[in-house]
Amino acid sequence: MRIWIKYGVMFISLVLIQVLLLNQVQFSGYINPYMYILFVLLLPVSTPKYALLLLGFLMGITIDIFMNTPGMHASATVLIAFIRPYILNLISSREMDKSEYPGLKQYGFRWFLYYTSFMVLTHHLFYFYIELFSFSGFFLTFIRSILSSIFSIFVIVLSQYLIFTE
Amino acid sequence: MRSLFKYFVRNHVFYLFLLLETFSLVLVINYNNYQKVRYINSANRISGVIYSSLNDVVDYFSLRKINEELARQNSGLLNQLDRLKNEMQGNTSAKVDTSLKNQGFLYMPAKVVNNTVYKPYNYLTLDKGTKDGIKEGQGVISNNKIVGVVINVSRSYSSAISLLNMRFNVSAKLKNNNPFGPLNWDGRNYRYAQFNEIPFHVSLAEGDTVVSSGYSSIFPEGLLIGAVHSFEKKEGENFYSIDVELAVDFKSLSHVQVITNMNLGEIKKLERGQQDEDLD
Repeated sequence: MRIWIKYGVMFISLVLIQVLLLNQVQFSGYINPYMYILFVLLLPVSTPKYALLLLGFLMGITIDIFMNTPGMHASATVLIAFIRPYILNLISSREMDKSEYPGLKQYGFRWFLYYTSFMVLTHHLFYFYIELFSFSGFFLTFIRSILSSIFSIFVIVLSQYLIFTE
Repeated sequence: MRSLFKYFVRNHVFYLFLLLETFSLVLVINYNNYQKVRYINSANRISGVIYSSLNDVVDYFSLRKINEELARQNSGLLNQLDRLKNEMQGNTSAKVDTSLKNQGFLYMPAKVVNNTVYKPYNYLTLDKGTKDGIKEGQGVISNNKIVGVVINVSRSYSSAISLLNMRFNVSAKLKNNNPFGPLNWDGRNYRYAQFNEIPFHVSLAEGDTVVSSGYSSIFPEGLLIGAVHSFEKKEGENFYSIDVELAVDFKSLSHVQVITNMNLGEIKKLERGQQDEDLD
């Protein structure tokens, strides 16, 4: 029961942070950080795969509603929810004592940075091309997604020190 | 049959993934085809309320700027009033002219509660909806400068496609010598839009004023869009490529007016009648 409340609060606060704060701070045309995917990142390790997909979809479509981007965030978030188990497998070694909560404290800085980078880069690359819906201006879009990724990764890692410390 | 069923159960995650992904992509593709956000858009109740309460807070910080803008607008209107008064006294026919011209459009003030400028497809959310008489397809202007067109309306909010949207086209013309063409935005700099299909024989100069052509029934003729910033004749093309510096600063947009064409129904009816006649 407690875990539902915890993730419910996290869901709502991430949506609000994204919509009210990060979307308003538009540094230049190149940087649009998307921090809300932290929700998918921090779901318990043993979450069933179907639940990951459904929750990811819910998160994405909520952001879509606020940003007038029907399906764009949803598709990108479903994609990273799908690849999350594989990435977790890929970067965790067997000897590691596995914690349920894939946070920075539990798994260490290096692991968390790898994990975040994989997920954020996948999400952003997919999202920015879907948003444009064409490959015209391929290079410009590439730069945009890389710069935004760097900023998102920074914000997500920083947030682990500030808020989600547990 | 049983093994088929087992197969689906074993791979249920993958099929769920395909299902959700297809659903989202269908939304994206629909949106790209019809340029319309039917259900999923920020003109709904919840996001409207959240955006406007954020706006209430943010507004305090920009009060000074808004005041200046309103004062400027005020003085502009006073000047216009003065000039019209003079014209009225000197010339009675001028009076008839202006009043007739202005009858066609109604202005409704609205506040921008959400706005972006840095995406390829930007939208505005306004704090007026169906209960204030806003309808799809009405023009949005700010101090007689073009801002966008309303595309979605809920009871008390509406969302509008911004001029800074790569899917938005507006029919524009040069103020001094009337050649017209489509004006759109290339998604790069929010200060500049591109003006196309002006043939080479037209004489152009930097700083020429670009206004709405009035060929669409959304905007009246002569609304300011911007000024020619730079232009060039590209090899092997028939038209100038013109950069227009936009008159509206979209980044500090706060108050706008939604305009209604009072004669829209009549125009539409006339055009439909024309088409029917063509068919007969």
